[in-house]
Amino acid sequence: MKKSTIAWIALMAVTAQPLGASALADPVSDSLEIDGQAMITEAPAPKEPAGHPFEVVKSGWLYREPETRSMEMDSFENPGMLNVERGEEIWNTVEGEAGKSCASCHNEASESMKGVGAHYPKWNANAGKPINIELQINACRENQMKAEPYKFDAQDQKDLSAYIKHQSLGMPVEVDLSAGDMMSWWEKGKERYYLRTGQLNLACATCHEANNGLYLRADHLSQGNTNGFPTYRLKQGNLVSLHNRFRGCIRDTRAEQPKAFSDELMALEVYTAWRGGGLSVETPAVRQ
Amino acid sequence: MNRAFKQSLALIAVFATAPAIAETRPGDVKVDDMMVAEPIAEERGDPAEGRKVFADRGLGNCLACHVNADLKGELFQGNVGPAMDGVAGRWEPAQLRAIVVNAKKVFGDQTIMPGFYTLDVGVDVAEKFKGKTILSAQQVEDVVAYLETLKSE
Ligand code: HEC
Ligand code: HEC
Repeated sequence: MKKSTIAWIALMAVTAQPLGASALADPVSDSLEIDGQAMITEAPAPKEPAGHPFEVVKSGWLYREPETRSMEMDSFENPGMLNVERGEEIWNTVEGEAGKSCASCHNEASESMKGVGAHYPKWNANAGKPINIELQINACRENQMKAEPYKFDAQDQKDLSAYIKHQSLGMPVEVDLSAGDMMSWWEKGKERYYLRTGQLNLACATCHEANNGLYLRADHLSQGNTNGFPTYRLKQGNLVSLHNRFRGCIRDTRAEQPKAFSDELMALEVYTAWRGGGLSVETPAVRQ
Repeated sequence: MNRAFKQSLALIAVFATAPAIAETRPGDVKVDDMMVAEPIAEERGDPAEGRKVFADRGLGNCLACHVNADLKGELFQGNVGPAMDGVAGRWEPAQLRAIVVNAKKVFGDQTIMPGFYTLDVGVDVAEKFKGKTILSAQQVEDVVAYLETLKSE
């Protein structure tokens, strides 16, 4: 190799600064309180199963611009809270032939749903696979309410999922990998996380593990944690579901996108929820 | 199959591959010792075109990962890779061509930098990109010619 590799490595360290951006390459060290309640935005990485790539897992909040960060700190400023309010209305609305609402079975969400969102995705013995909040909602609609399941990313699906997850605000994410066959889904998800896809030949790990903290154009790459979903994205002016985000990241590698709730994406959801274990649920987090 | 028909098939085969005389197909570009010594396109690289390809989000989108003072006017330059200032002083043209053609042959399999003229890519490539390279052979030469102009640190 000519003209030393060392030279450019050194150069990289000195010049690795996006022009025109004032932010440093590293995530900020700042503490997040939402309406005065402290969030865990940095946690020791889960020890079991072994092999987590990081010492400390970090919330995507730490990688955002100051204005975006402050929006999430105050529920009056967080535009996603309007969706959460709308979710509460849906919770109480009767739909379907059984003449029931969510509240008919679960009463007050602030009690019955507290902590629920923090433990999804979850093994479902009937389905023989892990399910997420969206699929649980659909199961309730079909089996209990005799109503149509939501189509992927229907506004009501996003609003109601956000409402349910929001009941766990601040609680640490923890998935139960000992239930059923969860470990084999974890394995599958891990494989997928390191699988390079598309014409650009990138894996999740290429961006979120090897290069987190750096800028890809205007995007400050985070660890790609899932604790804020559904998140409110300023760019879209709407809530964005986790599987929508997964599909977007995969599309950006110029690959075909797996379907929402497909086995591939459910496995990724199990694996990424584990990777971000210990971080507080921030739903609805605000992202750019 | 009659003879005339066979001949016409053979002719079609010849014409279909005709452009390969002018430019080297992706599978035929050999990266030797981190170098691609010969140009891969017929025309000499045009640095002005290369500068456009470098910045264009739909083409090189090199700014996604590389800061480049020569393109100061462009907002949002990423820093996933090293800055491009003075890159011509760090690598020979044959090495720069190898880096753009298939960075993995120079930096190793783990690099994030995509190969811009290779079909050795990831799985599940989207239909519209299947069998295609990110840049054309000519665009690669243009980018390399442009990188050659980046002399000052
Ligand atoms: C080409 C780079 C790239 C690849 C490959 C990639 N992502 Fe992302 N991802 C981004 C960017 C940019 C963002 C937005 C900024 C951020 O939070 O990192 C993002 C955001 C995310 C987020 C939201 C994080 C938050 O706090 O809101 C998740 C979750 C995520 N990615 C998961 C994945 C998964 C899983 C894969 C693989 C299937 C993947 N990403 C592949 C670039 C990428
Ligand atoms: C997704 C990120 C990414 C993109 C897009 C990208 N590069 Fe790179 N590039 C890198 C990284 C990272 C390195 C450093 C080697 C490594 O760490 O693997 C690099 C190294 C280089 C080098 C050697 C730099 C030096 O100072 O020694 C050159 C030249 C280069 N890239 C040119 C380009 C050109 C030209 C394009 C667009 C046609 C491009 N790159 C697109 C990430 C990228």
